[in-house]
This record gives sequence, C-alpha cells and structure tokens, in this order.
Amino acid sequence: MISILNTYEAVEPEKVSLWFKAAPVEKFPKNGGACVKYKGMQIAVFNFTREGTWYACQNLCPHKMEMVLSRGMVGEDQGEPKVACPLHKNSFSLKTGKHLNGDLSSIATYPVKIEDDFVYIGFSE
Amino acid sequence: MKTVIVVGNGMVGYKFCEKFVAKVDQGSFKLIVFGEEPRVAYDRVHLSEYFENGDAERLSMAPREWYQENNIELYTNERVTDIHRNSKTITTLSEKTYNYDYLVLATGSSPFVPQINGVDKDGVFVYRTIEDLEDTLSYADKIKKTVKKPKAAILGGGLLGLEAAKAVMDMGMEPHVVEFAPKLMPRQLDTRSSKVLQVKLESMGINIHLSKATNQILGNGHVIGMEFGEDDVLNVDMLVISAGIRPRDELGKSCGLKMGTRGGIVVDNKMRTSDPSIFAIGEIALYNQMIYGLVAPGYEMAGVAVDQILGIEETVMAAEIDMSTKLKLIGVDVASFGTPFMPAEKGHSIIFENKTESLYKRINVSHDGKRLLGGILVGDAKDYNMLLQMYLNEMPLPKNPENLILGSRGGEDVSFGSAMDLPDTAVVCSCEAVTKGQICCSVKDDGNESVKAISKATKATTGCGGCKPMVDDLVKETLKSLGKVVKESICEHFEYSRQELYDLVKLRKIEDYDSLLDEVGKGHGCEVCKPAVASIFASIYNETANRQATIQDTNDRYLANIQRNGTYSVVPRVAAGEITPKQLLAIGRIAQKYDLYTKITGGQRIDMFGAQLHELPLIWEELIAEGFETGQAYGKSLRTVKSCVGSTWCRYGMDESVTFAIDIENRYKGIRSPHKIKGGVSGCIRECAEARNKDFGFIAVEGGWNVYICGNGGANPQHAQLLAEKVDKITATKYVDRFLMYYIQTAPPLTRTAAWLDKLEGGIDYVKDVVINDCLGIAEQLDSEMQYLVDTYKCEWKEAVENPEIRSRYTHFVNAEETDDNIEFVSLREQKMPKAWV
Repeated sequence: MISILNTYEAVEPEKVSLWFKAAPVEKFPKNGGACVKYKGMQIAVFNFTREGTWYACQNLCPHKMEMVLSRGMVGEDQGEPKVACPLHKNSFSLKTGKHLNGDLSSIATYPVKIEDDFVYIGFSE
Repeated sequence: MKTVIVVGNGMVGYKFCEKFVAKVDQGSFKLIVFGEEPRVAYDRVHLSEYFENGDAERLSMAPREWYQENNIELYTNERVTDIHRNSKTITTLSEKTYNYDYLVLATGSSPFVPQINGVDKDGVFVYRTIEDLEDTLSYADKIKKTVKKPKAAILGGGLLGLEAAKAVMDMGMEPHVVEFAPKLMPRQLDTRSSKVLQVKLESMGINIHLSKATNQILGNGHVIGMEFGEDDVLNVDMLVISAGIRPRDELGKSCGLKMGTRGGIVVDNKMRTSDPSIFAIGEIALYNQMIYGLVAPGYEMAGVAVDQILGIEETVMAAEIDMSTKLKLIGVDVASFGTPFMPAEKGHSIIFENKTESLYKRINVSHDGKRLLGGILVGDAKDYNMLLQMYLNEMPLPKNPENLILGSRGGEDVSFGSAMDLPDTAVVCSCEAVTKGQICCSVKDDGNESVKAISKATKATTGCGGCKPMVDDLVKETLKSLGKVVKESICEHFEYSRQELYDLVKLRKIEDYDSLLDEVGKGHGCEVCKPAVASIFASIYNETANRQATIQDTNDRYLANIQRNGTYSVVPRVAAGEITPKQLLAIGRIAQKYDLYTKITGGQRIDMFGAQLHELPLIWEELIAEGFETGQAYGKSLRTVKSCVGSTWCRYGMDESVTFAIDIENRYKGIRSPHKIKGGVSGCIRECAEARNKDFGFIAVEGGWNVYICGNGGANPQHAQLLAEKVDKITATKYVDRFLMYYIQTAPPLTRTAAWLDKLEGGIDYVKDVVINDCLGIAEQLDSEMQYLVDTYKCEWKEAVENPEIRSRYTHFVNAEETDDNIEFVSLREQKMPKAWV
C-alpha cells in the first residue's frame, strides 16, 4: 500500500518535462473533478470554474489509501482552494497538497494547462 | 545555559516538554529527553484504537519533527541506567554520559504481573505498549489458524483490563475477563453500577468471571487454561494480564532517593524528590502517599515541575487531587466523581437504575441537601461535566436534587443552571486546566468568538474534547451578554443559518448554487455549505440531485452509498418492507449477475454492496425494468417506513399497519431534509415496528392511531414523543405532513428531528401548537408545500439512466475505458467484501 503512495510525487511547474494530453475540457464537470489515467497512475483533475482555475492531484486519499479524491467536493477555506475527500471529509489544499484539517501526509499536486479546449497535466520524468 | 534532562518519553514526559518549551525562551535551557521505547511518546489511553486503524502514528502525541523544531534532543530506544547524584550526571545503556542541572523522572509504570505459577508460559502477555499489542496480535493470528473459536482471558477487571478485553475481541477472539474482586472496576464503581456495566458488557459478548483467584496457569509450554480452585478451570488460548501497575522507580531506588514503602519516589507539593535537583512526575511520583494513575494529575504535575525549574515557586500541586474520570469503555459511558461510594453517616444517595437500558446514575448529597459530594454514572454520562462542576465548586443544589439525574419532570424547578452560573475559577477543561474565567475573558478581551478560536488561544478542548459542549455554551452566552448576536451561520461562505438561507432562496426565487453564493454569500463555497444548499433547493423546488451534481455530497452526486473501498451500494425502495417473491427473485438475479454482496438492512429492505461506479447505471437499468425505483438510501431524505405485519395476519393487530406504512412511505419518498428521516407503523402497542424509535411513528390503538415524533436510534437513542392520540389516518398524516415541513424549514444542517426538538424553545408543546392549533397561522401553507413535494416526485435513477449526459458521469476515468484497478475484494461466507484497510 505504501508503495502506491510513493508513486505520486508533486511536480513543480518549472520541472515539467512532459505535458500529457488528458481529455477535452467538457469532460470535466464545472466546479467538480474527474479522474485521469496516466501510465499506472490515477490523477484527479478539478475544474474550479468559480476561480477560473484548474488543479490536479493524486486520486489516492492518503488516509485509507482509496482512489476517490476526484469524486470529492471542491471548495475554499480562507481563500485556499481545496478538495474534501468523499470518504471522511479530509480536506487537502489543491495548491500545496497540504492536509488542512489534520496532519495526514500531503498529497502530490501537478500543474495543469488548457490548450485548444484540451486539458494537459504536467509530469517530470 | 542550564540543562534539563527528562527520563521517560510517555504522555507525562511529553507534556513536560510541551509546557516547558511554551514557557522558556529559546537558548536559555537545553532540554534532553530519553525514551526507552522505540517510538516517540504516544497516547496510551487510547491504545485499543490501534486495532481500529492499525496506525501507530495517529496515536503519537507529537511527531518526531516537533522535538527538532523545539530544539529538544530526543533519544528513543535509549534507557537511562544510572544516576550519579554527586557529579549530576546520568549514564545510558549504550554507556554514554550526560550532565544535568535538573533531572525530571517520568518513567511511568509497568504492568504488575502477579506471582502465579505459570505466568512465564507462551501466550501470556501484558497490555501497556504498542509492542505488547503487536506481540499479542501476532500470537492471536497464529492461534486463529489452528483453533476454530479461540478464547482469550484478561486477568483484571479494572479500567485497563476492560480496554484489553475490547482489544482481544477486535482480534477476533472470545474475551473472558477474570477479576479477583466480586465486581468490575472495583475502584470506581459501586456494586450496583458495576452489575449494570457487567450486564451490558455481557450482552456485547464479553464473558465475565468475578471473585476468581487464579491458582495457576495451565499448559505445557504455552497457556491452555487457568485454574481457580479445585475443578474450577477456564480453558483459554491466550492470557493478557492487566492486574494493575507498578511504578518504574528502579532509578530512584538505585541512586538513593527517598522511596515509599511500597514503591514510588516520594515528592513534595513542588514535585521535588529528596534531592532538590531531581523531580519526579506521573506514575512514579508518590504524592500524599498515593500513586496517581490518571493522565490529568500527571499533566498537572508536569506543569508544576516546569514552573519550579523556572523559579515560579508559587505553583504547587493541590493538596487534594481530583480523581474524577469519564470515559467511553467499549462504547459504554462510565464516569465517577468526588466520593463515589459514601458511608450513610456522611450524606444520602439518590440512585436511579434501569437495567433494561443499562443505565445507572447515583449522586451523593450532603445531609443538609445543599452540597453534591460525588457520584457515579453508567450508560449515560452527558450530565457529567455539569455535575463535576457543581461538586468541584460546591455550588448550591436545586430544591429537588434528584432532578440532576432524572431531569426536570414538570414544575418550576429547573435542574441545571447555565454554564454561566459557574464561578470564574471553575476548571472547564481539566486536561489543559483552563477555567471558565479564562474562556470568557478570551471571548471578551481578545475577541476569540468561536470554539475554534478559543481552542487555539487557550488549548481548551484540545485534550479529550469532553468539555466542547460547555465551551460552546460559554462562548455563546458570553457573546450574548455582550449584546452580540450569536450567528448560527453555516460556514464562512454564508453568514446565515440554514433557516435564514431557506427563506432567502424562497423569497428571491434563487435556483442555482452559484447565484446564491454571488447574491448573499462570499468566496467559492465548501463541502459544508454546498450540500446544505442542495438540500434547500430540493426541499423548495423538489429538484433531484442530478441537476446540480457537484454541490451534492458524494452519495447524492452518484445516487449511491460510497463504501470502504470507493465502491457503492445499491438499495431499491421496498415500501414498508413488503416484497413479492417475483421482486425477490429479480433482486437475486441482478445481485448475482453483478457479483454484489447482499444484506437485509435494518429498514426492511435489501442492500447490494460492491458495485463499481460504471456498473451503477447498468444495475439500475435492470432494477427499473423490474419495476423498482430508487430507495434514496444515500440521501439526507426519507429512508424507510418500517412496519409490522399488522391486523391482516397478526392475531393481536388493531389495524392494518402495512397498508398505512406503504401509503406513508410512498407519500414521503424522495423528500430531502436537513438529515435522514425514518418512519415506523405498528399495528398495536406491542410496537414490533419500533415506531417510537423513528422520526415519526404511528401506533394503532383502540379508536385510532397515536402519532409520535422526534425519536431516533443511533448514537444518542431517544424515544419519540406523543404528538396526538387516537386520530384517524387522514388527521395523523396531516399532522406529520406539517411537522416534517416545519422541521425541514427550520432545522440546522445535519440535525435529526430529536436534536432539533431538544433545541426548540417550548419543545413538544410548541410543536403541537404549530401543527395542531396552528398558532403561527402557517398550517395551510405547510400543507400545500408538502402536497407540492408529494405531487412532483420522480425517481432520480430513472432520470439518470434515461439521460445520456447524466449517464456519462458514471465512469472512473475520463480518458480510459478501464476501471479502478486499486479495488480488491476478498471472500467472506460465500460472498465478497472489500480488502481490509491497512
């Protein structure tokens, strides 16, 4: 199980070496998320329409190691964009991946860009 | 720079460090800590939780980095072996030497293992550290492979022993508690309360053997049984000893500190030992000739030692230490305070006992009836905080002190005053020693106007959390006294209560979450306000969860209940539990086709577990084709109306309960509400449908139906209260229509009807006034609003499977056809279950 967690490492925007063309924009619900498969990984992508921003992070919640974060509700806590895990409402910052209402380990976040109505996720490899 | 060495990294040792670094300027002291265990200090009190989550990290008091951040040198797995008082040095097992200016001994205690023949056999364990638990667990795993129904005994029926019993039960073994005394928890409980606890624990599957002196432990090499007397043998496969504690005082003894005759290092009220440079705190400190095995006095000792080292000499230990405790033992509340047992010449006792509900309450009152001296609570300890405060602060008692445990039963005499009646010196949070005065000042002077802010500023509620309701009351009352309006706002995005938001939505005819946020809220919303607002839209417009899917809680978003491994369960409606053989066959066929785990629910229907996201529309398509519709088991909405078989079959039945229940369930199906709602209909007063356990219930009696409202099971069971007697079906339905609609419009988010009624001024009498006498003049409006909801019902699963856009939401990946390969099932009694969490 721990080995699954280790497959997800945050990618800084300047370290991106590969932009993965994930899916068309309309596949992602407004102010909600969907899950993208890339190699063996599951990446949750959020279309934060109210902010006009996109975020991506691991789909795996580090609490009980379930692939569910993409089904969580997005929101904001004192201006910090976040996603709340649907299983136990653990909230993680979509910017930094930090656990906001407890001290679980941070989740990995990934850069997202939109080009020609397509969603791209940044990886470094 | 002076050096303080702390020997022992347990809960009290940690608390010393926490208090020390909070008070001392960085750089003026060096703090070195030695712990013998491999882990950093953890919460031993909640050790049995280690079984629930298997996560040792979660128990830790602070992560290792905390010690680094605070410049504390921490050496775990390093035992201090000698103290050299002349040179003020210590040496460790790895033969390193350290100098100290002050030495703090916090080595705690070890389990007491009685000298019984055979205690050295394999399979005999103690219950103290995570390592002990791990050893026990791996032995239990081994045993379970060879023995079919393995048994484990726990020697000792005290607090820790019962915790250990819970732990072995969680390991899948049959627990047997063996106690020498004639009762459980002999130190805290009197004979009758102990019996109440015993009956309750036995009903949960814990076997209890009292008045048993163990002669020897049987077995060749490994334990196979315990022998008490002649021909009195208990066969067991494992034994956990929890027969009390002994202070780990060997360091004190070997360096010649003054010791108690039965162990423990003697300290004065400054926590100083016979050597003024050496302090002892926690379970090794012998204070007033007593060892205190509770966390709260240990923490207080840590605070005294910190202040003494820093030269604040007026901080000393109180002459009398309060040993009051409240805990949840295997889910049962147990509390005792003050003098729990009291001889008759000192005062009189008021005792309430209800064996069928496992309740026991005792208070001891002085002869003049003016002071509370102590008491015991088993089964329900919600009054503990207030009783403890009355005892600690010697507050005057009400005229009828029995109201303190029985509640006010009519008349003027109110049982409890408000928390504001407490004196300022009253300690509200005993874990962190925060007084009422400090909390109120923090609200008034520092502007900390929420429980969250108070807990940040004063640390109150951060320990066991038991004082939270009281702190909440204090904050609200203080704000009120300042003339500030206490806003019951639902979250940071809406400064309105749910009721206010409900009215705003209705008045302004707002239909979208985003518009509501723009018009009356701020920011971008969160997981608290989104589902609350979704519920309001549903109650006003009867819109299904499909239209604004991303503001729904996950269960509503996918119209199914998310389960442990991220799969979902499926529950079709089976109104009143009446189902035809043909429908049963259809469910069976579909469950088999999709390999679902099936179980009958408490609400008389069938739950099918283990469906993956993409399977949900396929399953529902088939169910709908068979005539089923959604059961809304996932929603904060009407669940089921449970019924008994009624007068159609039952020889006692007074009326047709099934028919009525079906009509009612179909009437309210699909209605969303602040929390889930359940109903029940019983055909006679034998009440087989448990209607008084529900948010609304009907019971057939001679001459009509009795109507009950606001009951629930769950964590705080409450019986429903009588709303109307002997009314016909139409009137009964009308009253419940109005009651439900009124509840839906006025309750805060996620508040069941019982909790709503508790907070409603005027209580059940006021509801009667609104619903029956129409004192607010809204009855007609409530009727028509309910009728609108009834008339506009549609099955949201039918909507979902027939609409390609909604249907397309049910895929795990947006860019691949595959399904989630992280989901693993294992087999269980010829079905499947999710692979357990690590």
